[in-house]
Amino acid sequence: MYDVVIVGAGVTGAAAARELSRLDAKVCVLERGEDVCVGTSKANSAIIHAGYDPKPGTLMAKLNLEGNEMMDELCKDLDIPFKRNGALIVCTDESKMGALDDLLKRGEENGVKGLKIVRGQELRSMEPNLSDDVVAALYAPTSGIICPFEMTIAMAENAAENGVEFFFNSKVIDITRDLEGLYHVKAGDKEYVTRAVMNAAGVYADEVHNMVSADKIEIRPRRGEYCLYDKEVGSYVSHTIFQLPTEKGKGVLVTPTVHGNMLAGPTSDFITDKDDTSTTADGLAEVLDKQCISVKPLPGRKIITSFSGLRAHGGTGDFIIGEVKDAPLFYDMAGIESPGLSSSPAIGRMAAEWAKKTLGLSGKETFKKTRKGIPHFADMSFAERSDLIKSNPLYGQIVCRCETVTEGEIVDAIRRPLGARSLDGVKRRTRAGMGRCQAGFCSPKVLEIIHRETGLPYDRITKCGGKSTIVLEHTKGQTTEEAEGEGKA
Amino acid sequence: MKTADVVIIGGGPAGLAAAASAKEAGAEHVLVIERNNELGGILTQCIHNGFGLHTFGEELTGPEYADRFIKKSTEAGAEFLLNTMVLDISGDRIVTAMNGTDGLFQVKAGAVILAMGCRERPRGALNIPGSRPSGIYTAGTAQRLINIEGMMPGKEVVILGSGDIGLIMARRMTLEGAHVNAVVELMPYSTGLRRNIVQCLDDFNIPLLLSHTVIRTEGKEHLQGVTVAEVGPDRKPVPGTEIHYDCDCLLLSCGLIPENELSRNAGVKINPITNGPVVDDTFETSIPGVFSCGNVLHVHDLVDFVSEEAGKAGRFAALYAQAEKDGKLAAAEKEVLAEEGKSADGAAASAEEVRAADRKLRGSHAVQVAGEGGVRYTVPSDIYTDTMDGKVTVRFRVGKVYKGAYLSVYADDQRIFHQKKKILTPGEMCQVMLTKDKLSAMPERKRLTVKIEEE
Repeated sequence: MYDVVIVGAGVTGAAAARELSRLDAKVCVLERGEDVCVGTSKANSAIIHAGYDPKPGTLMAKLNLEGNEMMDELCKDLDIPFKRNGALIVCTDESKMGALDDLLKRGEENGVKGLKIVRGQELRSMEPNLSDDVVAALYAPTSGIICPFEMTIAMAENAAENGVEFFFNSKVIDITRDLEGLYHVKAGDKEYVTRAVMNAAGVYADEVHNMVSADKIEIRPRRGEYCLYDKEVGSYVSHTIFQLPTEKGKGVLVTPTVHGNMLAGPTSDFITDKDDTSTTADGLAEVLDKQCISVKPLPGRKIITSFSGLRAHGGTGDFIIGEVKDAPLFYDMAGIESPGLSSSPAIGRMAAEWAKKTLGLSGKETFKKTRKGIPHFADMSFAERSDLIKSNPLYGQIVCRCETVTEGEIVDAIRRPLGARSLDGVKRRTRAGMGRCQAGFCSPKVLEIIHRETGLPYDRITKCGGKSTIVLEHTKGQTTEEAEGEGKA
Repeated sequence: MKTADVVIIGGGPAGLAAAASAKEAGAEHVLVIERNNELGGILTQCIHNGFGLHTFGEELTGPEYADRFIKKSTEAGAEFLLNTMVLDISGDRIVTAMNGTDGLFQVKAGAVILAMGCRERPRGALNIPGSRPSGIYTAGTAQRLINIEGMMPGKEVVILGSGDIGLIMARRMTLEGAHVNAVVELMPYSTGLRRNIVQCLDDFNIPLLLSHTVIRTEGKEHLQGVTVAEVGPDRKPVPGTEIHYDCDCLLLSCGLIPENELSRNAGVKINPITNGPVVDDTFETSIPGVFSCGNVLHVHDLVDFVSEEAGKAGRFAALYAQAEKDGKLAAAEKEVLAEEGKSADGAAASAEEVRAADRKLRGSHAVQVAGEGGVRYTVPSDIYTDTMDGKVTVRFRVGKVYKGAYLSVYADDQRIFHQKKKILTPGEMCQVMLTKDKLSAMPERKRLTVKIEEE
């Protein structure tokens, strides 16, 4: 029997798992996808917001601020790249300056530090590529950029090292509560019995909630499309550039990523299909069009990919977090849209507090709070690289040319706890395939390494789980076994 | 630090031909650094025939063609490092590279030849809307999967782009039992060679849809279909012309991009049209002693021209390395410094001064070469008429299809070449030959212009 079953291995579920792994408790995470971070958490703006935006008094405001403050220690402990690059919320209309002042006041009320309005030469010298229309900006120095995959994966790995179990390809199909008050969670063909359930199911959190509660909630997926630019223009702006929200909407942001690309987006469209992360011609055109409101036109030829992500919109104006009234010890962590990534560490901490209070769990001495990430060969000095190759020659073999990712890093990504099993899993952990050739050169090699390390037949290795196989079959209709048998003969 | 007279980055067709000719031109130590586990570059996966008609007068397969140059360069005494990735080239030609055996190491090169080849334009760069399932590959990745790894990426295929690799793969996939529904080309003309359209599409009844593009990809996990539409003169989809194909594989053959990351980092000047280095008639880039050839310089259609061009680059690089060894460059540097009134014993020469010294050895007279009126670029961009070879081939591409137009060359405002051409198309590289006799006869001319003139 489990003390806690967490549904969903996105950033919220992973944060909760990590915080719960501090406790002497039996915890597991059920994830419908083949890996951690495959839903809402994988495709977003990758911003740790300062916290000036949420309405004062909301959970969003409180958890955003707390989460932001927790980031430095979290990233240090878990070896996650994070940079406080600061944000500028730009105003392009002198008559709208009142709204910028309001945002400043709201931020101060929320407790955001260091906010100030900048204009003129000071603003231009901070950010020379702002559009000529920009008249002033609210500067938020505590805003930061992070890699959402690495953040989620790092928290999940650390949780796993501290005893939390993860089950993938485990979609929750039913939850019942027995007479003793224990929950029976059915996922796939297995049943997990637990004292408490924490619902971090992202866009599916309503379905999971509605399995146990008569007080129904609805999560609507809101899709945002993005364009990612080549590292060649990675220093086009150094701060995250937001547009002052107007009656026409929130506008699109332009930001460097923590890995040195430039990102523009998102659009905002409600859709009905909770798996539909396709991009649209109109959406991509909108991103390209609207980014020019705040910055000088970025060269369109430097786009290396476009993608879309879904935000879990709860419709209440706030996160839906807490124990469900008619389902004791069932906790929602739902409606986690922006600033969800920023808030996740604080949401995780809340989860641990619930567990301590209501389940009577306490801390364990064996908790290991640090985790070492995969060595990032690309970011190393000559001497560091030299030493690494000497320690393991696989680090001397570059697999992804664009991002300078070595075979050693890919093998590490596969072998470590909750290791990668798919091309995207390797990509999210190592950046192999994330560069300008978009995996053209490295995918056959990565396929070979996954096959070698896991023994999975080639025709069963996927891009991202499910039916997303890379190759259909061997030529002449052979299976991997037959093809290899022939090779040996 | 290790040293070499000529270091060649890339062991594909360009690097191999450059290595052989650098050795033949007298360079003692020629080192080819190749990141793959075998030599030959992209030729190793091009198992179809048609290579080498110009060079050998016979039709070889890619691996056979590569093999001839592997033998030639090996016999000439070039050395090779496989599985080795070059990470950096400094302005003074120190090459930093790595592999699992030697770790990280540096080589000081007398001359460097950039021969890194090119890569394919990926789906992301095309910004095709739709889902992002598996089953979408560049044509070259599919070629590798099938020809090298022995694996089929799909059975029902649509190919976007009519570049040569796409055309070749239409035939290849058909021969492997797949059904190729169509090759879809955005432009009103194919960007591939005429012979490939005949031999790879027409012979297999595969339709080529010109002025069409893929407007949507479908399927959440694996590709399930694509929607294709006709495009207007503005290259935007025309509503009402949509065609849907059920397919599990979309191949992209939408252009090749020279891989100049190393060149850019080294500070080599890049031509924005070719995305390759700007070179003179010796294939020397803007950095003295750094040469460039093959598809990293500009994307070719035929490997024969790559080999020919690379052969010259190899020879000139060897001569440069020799001039440095002999102290001729140092002497020229002294002269440049003296002309500027500086003491030769003082600080090291600046990059400009090194360049000026390099140019001094090339003779005083340079003419600029440029394309105009339909000619998108030229290689080379400068010709040093005092030291040039007897003949220099200027290669270029045109921006659209011309039928019955004239190819002309002007020296300043004087027309020195004029020839009627049956057809000139963007898919086929064009060339014009200039002789030393002709150019030396007009030393006052500063600029050569290659242009297309219609009647």
